[in-house]
Amino acid sequence: MNIFVVILFLAVVVGTVLFHILSPWWFTPLASNWSSIDNAILITFWVTGFVFVALGLFLVYCLWKYQYKKNRKVEYKPENKSLEAILVVVSAIGVIALLAPGLSVWNDYIKVPKGAAKVEVLSYQWGWNFRLPGEDGALGKTSIHNITDDNPYGLDLNDPNGKDDLLVQDADLHLQVGVDVEFLLRSIDVLHNFYVPEFRAKMDMVPGMITFYWFTPTKTGEYEILCAELCGTGHYAMLGTVVVEEESDYSNWLAQQTSFEQILAQNKIKNKTIQLAEK
Amino acid sequence: MPEGDGYDYKIEAKAYTASSSGASVSPAESPDQELYHSKSWWTTYVFSQDAKYIGIQYFCAATAIAVLGLVLSVLMRVQLAYPGLNVLDPSTYYQAITMHGMIMVIFFLTALFLGGFGNFLIPLMCGARDMVFPYVNMMSFWIFLLSLLVLVASYLVPGGPTGAGWTLYPPQVITAGTPGNLWGLVLMLVSIVLFVVGFTMGGLNYVITVLQARTRGMTLMRMPLSVWGIFVATIIALLAFPALLVGGLMLLLDTVLGTSFYMPAIIATSNFGNEVSTEGGSPLLFQHLFWFFGHPEVYIVALPAFGIVSDLISVHARRNIFGYRMMVWAIIAIAALSFIVWAHHMYIAGFTPWFGFFFASTTLMIAIPTGIKMYNWLLTLWRGNIRFTVPMLFALAFFITFLNGGLTGMFMGNVGTDIALSDTYFVVAHFHFTIGIAPVLVVFGAVYHWFPLATGRMLDEGLGKIHFWITFVGAYMIYFPMHYQGLQGVPRRYFEMYNSSQASSSGLNEFITIVTIVVALSQLIFFYNIINSARAGKKAKKNPWDANSLEWQTPEMPPKHGNWGRTLPVVYRWPYDFNVPGASKDYIPQNVSPSQVRGAKAERT
Repeated sequence: MNIFVVILFLAVVVGTVLFHILSPWWFTPLASNWSSIDNAILITFWVTGFVFVALGLFLVYCLWKYQYKKNRKVEYKPENKSLEAILVVVSAIGVIALLAPGLSVWNDYIKVPKGAAKVEVLSYQWGWNFRLPGEDGALGKTSIHNITDDNPYGLDLNDPNGKDDLLVQDADLHLQVGVDVEFLLRSIDVLHNFYVPEFRAKMDMVPGMITFYWFTPTKTGEYEILCAELCGTGHYAMLGTVVVEEESDYSNWLAQQTSFEQILAQNKIKNKTIQLAEK
Repeated sequence: MPEGDGYDYKIEAKAYTASSSGASVSPAESPDQELYHSKSWWTTYVFSQDAKYIGIQYFCAATAIAVLGLVLSVLMRVQLAYPGLNVLDPSTYYQAITMHGMIMVIFFLTALFLGGFGNFLIPLMCGARDMVFPYVNMMSFWIFLLSLLVLVASYLVPGGPTGAGWTLYPPQVITAGTPGNLWGLVLMLVSIVLFVVGFTMGGLNYVITVLQARTRGMTLMRMPLSVWGIFVATIIALLAFPALLVGGLMLLLDTVLGTSFYMPAIIATSNFGNEVSTEGGSPLLFQHLFWFFGHPEVYIVALPAFGIVSDLISVHARRNIFGYRMMVWAIIAIAALSFIVWAHHMYIAGFTPWFGFFFASTTLMIAIPTGIKMYNWLLTLWRGNIRFTVPMLFALAFFITFLNGGLTGMFMGNVGTDIALSDTYFVVAHFHFTIGIAPVLVVFGAVYHWFPLATGRMLDEGLGKIHFWITFVGAYMIYFPMHYQGLQGVPRRYFEMYNSSQASSSGLNEFITIVTIVVALSQLIFFYNIINSARAGKKAKKNPWDANSLEWQTPEMPPKHGNWGRTLPVVYRWPYDFNVPGASKDYIPQNVSPSQVRGAKAERT
């Protein structure tokens, strides 16, 4: 009966490798500059896969070779210092081989390239708002204490940079293909995480802080935004859409967006009307 | 030497007597042990101060709560694969993931390994009569039981249990978008506080017993690795749980008194879109405190499993554990490193980006001592004489499961690769392999191994093998494919399984759910085996596995209160003298002196 156990463990090792090769579930096609993340993952697959197969097959060999026999001669050798030292060194080399690509990716990930376009993502339970700088290229200052129905982003009314900011509320975000984008991430209530599988990048959005990451969209198309940090009962439904498009389409879209100034003016008229009606 | 284990060396016991009948000391009027034995049914079977019995009480309570955790996981899987059945709604789903996680990590595995196996094994394996503070030890169990009752009671309060995930991250855990954000959360935190208090009472016992109450000759470097694993895990638990306690208490203040330890100014739905009157708190502070506890917690569960599995492999492969000293140092190194890696759970939480380099480096370093353990288990099997007993099968299943789970840790622990994989099903697969399935497989192996010692009867081997095949193969099929869902970007903690446009995981989802149900049901075989064998199982002979460690050397089996009868055993060697050249048998128990086995060329230990 022992042979079935040997076969079982062989099947687990071989099956694991086969599943890996044949799996239809794999990375979504990359749509950003982060091929280095995919490559680091692939390197890790190769190194860990090698270790898994080597140790797994050695296990199967031992099970097959050293099944219980009454008079088997068993080695009595409590220690083997040189073998242990070799294994420590080999493991350390493996660790360094994995660490190097991982740290190099992180180093790029946290260094936003100069001149990257800025986009603010403002998350709430449960949806996404976006803000883009206007002609001046700068985003106006905000504070959570400024948030009112008329000023949903909490922009500082005295900051001239904020006047021309474009507010994209509860609508798709558009990005221009090939342009570096720095995302400035805010939350007004709880933790969220702005995640698009095709871009690979991720970062939590923490109320009271502005977090960031960057990427360059490299492929036009529509992509789904997922919230990747548990944020309450609506977490699973906190989806959105990013559209990556060519420059001309992007400019068209940009021209249709309303600026903070325009919204303030609209609100003024609306509020006046309400006041007149109330009178 | 007890009679009847077939060990026929003559004994020249140099044991000293523990009672006060020494020649130079006048005898006490009543022997110490008499005062100490329980006198009534209540103090024998309910409020027991016998560590072995407390261990079994811990085991039963932890297993009972684990059944609830298991049922919750089945409900979640059914909801994910068959949403049309509506077994859960978003609120109850998120409550289920929270309770499942908290129960399995803390109230099941921590309590089981330290409270259960720690109590049962430490005094027996160290040659002690009991834990050093039996009364405190008893209190430890009853406070643990109280913490379980408080935890379960959260299903009865308005709003139900908290649904914030077992990580309990603020502000979400307090705001109204999360179920159980007041009463459920308060009960959860009270339950955790009680658990930590109860654990500390037990934990001090385990550490001090190991340090102070070992029998003569039992040097630290002759302790079985099971004791080493439990001992070091207890030390890290004593250091890590205070972080959870403090973090939990401050969260309790934020919840009940409206303080702002973790709460920044927010606009919360709980306040109908108005600003909540909190200001200046830091949600990241809680995450640091939580993971300062939470990462060592992984090793609080893993180290006892490592230790126990080392003993199972060595005994059932009839070969000395390879590189014992390295195994001990690896346990200590892992424990030390576990305190400087916590923020690898927070790579994308928004902390200072520079932290990423430090924590990725320390985290991957853990692979070295862990790798040593993997190699040494293999090298123990190599040139051994492997008995395919049920404990050995589970130990082997642990090896391959932990190998896989440990290696996927190289994806999660490395900051650059974690960016894409964190918060996806890859994480779910990884941590279920490493601190879910792997330790539970060790628990099963350990139960089959030590059941004869606890009850005097053997568990049924045929049922054990069926249980092994279904559990191991099933669990592997449940979690291995999830890595690939994660690779696709499917986020974890979604009430509706997210279907990537690239390759749908429907089909796979149903498969995983069906296997989950089968594996869950197959645990009934295990419970049946335990109940039936305890009553009517085959009577176990003494030392049924021909092991060397002291727990099998008690005069009676199962051992009585006080463990050792009149004289404590004396230890002459480590517990791994299997197949020593020149010895007439393939094992030499720890309490066999060199003069009893002349001609055996054992190494000095």
